[in-house]
Amino acid sequence: MWMLGPVGFTAPLLLLGLSALPLLWFLLRAVPPAPIRRRFPGVALLLGLRDEEAETDRTPWWLLLLRMAALAAAIIAFAGPVLHPEKRDPGKGPLLIVFDGGWADARDWPRRIDRAALLLEEAARAGRTVAVIRLTDPPSDIDFQTADAWAGRLGALSPQPWVPQETEAWVAKLPEGGFDTFWLSDGLDHAGRSELAAALGKRGALTIFASTRPVLALHPASFADGAVQLAASRQPASDPVEVEVIARGPDPAGIDRELARATLSFGLGAGRAEAALALPPELRNRINRFEIAGLRSAGAVSLTDDSLKRRKIALTGGREDREGLRLLSPTHYIRQAVQPVADLVEGGVSDVLLANPDVIILADVAKLTQTEEDELLDWLDDGGMLLRFAGPGLAASDIARSAEDPLLPVRLREGGRSVGGAMSWGEPKTLAPFPETSPFHGLAVPSDVTVSSQVLAQPDPDLAQRTIAALADGTPLVTRKAVGQGQVVLFHVTANAEWSTLPLSGLFVQMLERLAVSTRPAAAGATDLAGQTWVAEVLLDAFGQKTDADAKAGVDGAALAKAIAAGPDAGLRPGLYAGADRRVALNAVGPDTTLSPAAWPAGTVIEGLEGAREQALGGSLLSAALAMLLVDILAAMALSGRMPRLARSAASAMLVALCLGLPEPARAQDGADATAIRATEAVVLAHVLTGDATLDRIAEAGLTGLGERLWERTSVEPDPPVGVDVETDELAFYPFLYWPVSASQPLPSAKAYAKLNTYLRTGGMILFDTRDADVTLGGGTSPEGAALQRIAAGLDIPPLEPLPKDHVLTRTFYLLQTFPGRYDGATVWVEAAPPDAEQVEGMPFRNLNDGVTPVVIGGNDWAGAWAVDEMGVAMFPVGRGFAGERQRELANRFGINLIMHVLTGNYKSDQVHVPALLERLGQ
Amino acid sequence: MTQLPAPSMREAAETLGQSLPPLLAEAELLASTIMLGEHGRRRAGQGDEFWQYRPAHAGDATRMIDWRRSARSDATFVREREWQAAQSVTLWVDGARAMAFRSDRAGATKGERARLLALAVAVLLLRGGERVGISGSDTPPRSGKAQLLALADALSRSDMTAEYGAADADGIASHGRAVLLSDFLGHIEGVDEALARASDRGARGVLMQILDPAEEDFPFDGRTIFESMGGTISHETLRAGDLRARYLERLAERKDRLQSLARAVGWHFHCHHTGDAALPALLWLYRALEGGR
Repeated sequence: MWMLGPVGFTAPLLLLGLSALPLLWFLLRAVPPAPIRRRFPGVALLLGLRDEEAETDRTPWWLLLLRMAALAAAIIAFAGPVLHPEKRDPGKGPLLIVFDGGWADARDWPRRIDRAALLLEEAARAGRTVAVIRLTDPPSDIDFQTADAWAGRLGALSPQPWVPQETEAWVAKLPEGGFDTFWLSDGLDHAGRSELAAALGKRGALTIFASTRPVLALHPASFADGAVQLAASRQPASDPVEVEVIARGPDPAGIDRELARATLSFGLGAGRAEAALALPPELRNRINRFEIAGLRSAGAVSLTDDSLKRRKIALTGGREDREGLRLLSPTHYIRQAVQPVADLVEGGVSDVLLANPDVIILADVAKLTQTEEDELLDWLDDGGMLLRFAGPGLAASDIARSAEDPLLPVRLREGGRSVGGAMSWGEPKTLAPFPETSPFHGLAVPSDVTVSSQVLAQPDPDLAQRTIAALADGTPLVTRKAVGQGQVVLFHVTANAEWSTLPLSGLFVQMLERLAVSTRPAAAGATDLAGQTWVAEVLLDAFGQKTDADAKAGVDGAALAKAIAAGPDAGLRPGLYAGADRRVALNAVGPDTTLSPAAWPAGTVIEGLEGAREQALGGSLLSAALAMLLVDILAAMALSGRMPRLARSAASAMLVALCLGLPEPARAQDGADATAIRATEAVVLAHVLTGDATLDRIAEAGLTGLGERLWERTSVEPDPPVGVDVETDELAFYPFLYWPVSASQPLPSAKAYAKLNTYLRTGGMILFDTRDADVTLGGGTSPEGAALQRIAAGLDIPPLEPLPKDHVLTRTFYLLQTFPGRYDGATVWVEAAPPDAEQVEGMPFRNLNDGVTPVVIGGNDWAGAWAVDEMGVAMFPVGRGFAGERQRELANRFGINLIMHVLTGNYKSDQVHVPALLERLGQ
Repeated sequence: MTQLPAPSMREAAETLGQSLPPLLAEAELLASTIMLGEHGRRRAGQGDEFWQYRPAHAGDATRMIDWRRSARSDATFVREREWQAAQSVTLWVDGARAMAFRSDRAGATKGERARLLALAVAVLLLRGGERVGISGSDTPPRSGKAQLLALADALSRSDMTAEYGAADADGIASHGRAVLLSDFLGHIEGVDEALARASDRGARGVLMQILDPAEEDFPFDGRTIFESMGGTISHETLRAGDLRARYLERLAERKDRLQSLARAVGWHFHCHHTGDAALPALLWLYRALEGGR
């Protein structure tokens, strides 16, 4: 291949043809354009007139230049020019192909495989042996095999959802002897990478393929300041870029959907970007993963665990009769304990139930109304959790004394008891250790937590079973009972420090946590995880996709804690791990993961993954030559006067367009105005464009035919019909819309629906035609009928009834009782008359919308009966013989009646009363 | 009418039948749009129309007495008719090859338009009782409906080989009227001479120049060889567009010349384009003939 700058030629000898161009110059210059012979009687007046300029007997220089450029382009095109032809330097000896194979490779894995396949192909041609290794694998022996043997295995190679670790271990596994290395790097620095690079460099030529696309990593989301905090890193940190992060989770129907979207903006040279995403708790609790839009990589996906889940807690205190004493308020300590980790709703029971909280806390609320109680029970049955605290109010009340209250776990004894006070014997009681069956089991009991007063439970048979915390003397402190799917928990002490010091201690918060009233803040520490076995619920592959986690054995908590700190590896894949009472996410990218760029030893060849690609230029050059020849034709015609004068301006405009490669210049500027003027100059019938070309053509022909009938018979003289797109066109100009319904029609957008409803409300009329002559409404068997139902569902359509015999539509112009189109017999539906309409003497119409029914629905294929072609001849046969023509005539009459009805409104319905009015006047 | 041998008469009849009906029908259709009556002189005299009854007096021939009127009274009455004078109108239609030009394939040639106008005005004139003939042929001015056929025949036969027609003033009756229809693109001297001779004989009339829109616009460009219809005259130019202004100048000059010639002898001049409707031209023509009387 012969090179000229960045362009190579496959057949350079053809370029010699360029030397013939000057010859062409002389040839073309010598031949003037041929004259045209014209018969022209006025020649008598021309005799003796001389040409002022004698220049054009030669081809003008610019035309010559154009022709020569065309020819030159053709010659060069045939010489086979190629931009950036690839130069290959075949090496010798064995070849080692190294993949990083981590999640950072996943974004362009197919291209890496393609590149490797290309290397294998070359190696096969050169007879070199090859080995392919993936650094995310545990180090193993490297054996060189033929390239063909690797070619089949390459396709099965996939990246791993973690990053290479301890790569220096591969150094020991390198085989003896020299070999070349191609390292398909992900651009990130990994542990031991430089040692391995140095070792490889000693064995032979080391070539690095690095992608120029940045690596993006999404850090786990955290919750702070009332919003979800998102962060992402990138490498290299170059130009400003915006990254969309999508929050996904199940919708109420359980289908995985995009729930929210946030934009992370990387500044110029910034390696990290952060954003806060404020979401309503209902939505936030649904999120199960965040991902960077459009990126398939485990690093771009971040699973969420319980640390992001927030429960909604309703807090209802007793009477606030001691305003201002905050520390004595029964809800103060609960609020303090719960506020950082949950969303609080406060108010009366009926009010907070509307918010459907997860937990309702009643602090010393004794008596509930019957309604509140019923509502609470319903809510409990659905899985709510009612947490009650005792207090003076509850102790003084008489609920749950003789019989068990449905909203209290146990029966209570009257009065309660007080120990260790000024007026009583004994010391304040401390807490007993939590039994193993208790949810509080394992929590340390501080010795300074004392209880001085409490309400006492009646010693019922199931008291022991319901007690989940007790005092040292065995009296229950916390009792619990299941109600439906929910539960009721009672603390036998107050929620403030009046009866005990429990609310002052950290144990109080932990107990609430254990009761799943609140959730733990932030990520789980090693101590939380240790000692439990964690089972993978969701596992991710390197592309960020969920994989089957069923067959995985549980992992030890200590190992999980280590992996969370250090990042996942082969033994512990990223995913969501479930323990006894919580779930922990292990993500490919941790909160503190930094992306550091790989630095390669000096002298290493670094190639971009997508270098300058070979690009054949022949085709574009040939088409350029062709375009120039076309221009030449036009120019030659213009020069010799063969182009008619009218066509000349158009041709020059075209020439300009051709030269500039631009389509016709802005003509749509005043398109909207022109449409508006056209539509309002006269009555214009319109049909809705369905997207089905045949249907639209028939609708247009039908309205054309109807328009012609109107011209002939009435004073309505409509302009040619137009098709309107309900999405984009303004509908207000058209009094009447014909809407042929096809089964495959797309639904209008919400905006279009709003427009259509405005149209209907402001006096427009739509004629829906399912064209199937079958059941239209109700039955819904035909696909068109179903489509109509779908379309009409969003429309503001009043109640309908079959067209009654005395409807004004039957007498706006013709007296009609049947309304056939191409078919006859399907029921036609119009707006129903109000039930009291008959009371007004003989006039069953409302004055709403000027008495015009906003919709007419039928299936008689009226447009088909109306349709005429360009010659004014009916397009489709109707019925058979004379009876058919009669039916067509009736269809036309129906159309005329309809348009009259649209345009005159209730005028005709008033007219029918004229005789009666005259008669009355006469009397 | 001269007696033709049967076969040639039949041939002539068939030729006439081929060309005449459309032309005649078209001319009649055109003429029918103009309503007219006999040119009554508003005085008693020779004519067909009743003018008045007057008492007979001495000198009236007995046969002049209208006995039907006289029987109703004691006096005798003479029925007088309105004096109607008929004019001789001579038509000359240029039949040269230049008249066969048309720029628009769907339009009419200049010759067709000229013949149509001539025949239409003949229809009108004949209906008005005038005598109409064709100059330069064997169709002297006569009146009556039969003359129309003869005129149509003569018009459809007038084919010449000359490039441009020369006005023929020979057939113009003294003190009659003349209608000259041509494009007047040939030698102006011929027109001058014909007008002079006609006015010498006291004839007055109308010059109607019939031009094609292309002749008026000169919509040509580029290297062109212009040829006359017969091909005997040609002119080559390299840039036809450059000639346009000078051509139009010459055309305007020609029109001015014709106008001044006509005015000098009291004739009327009008320029008609084949691209326009024929009716306004016919109206003008008829007015011009009527007005001069």
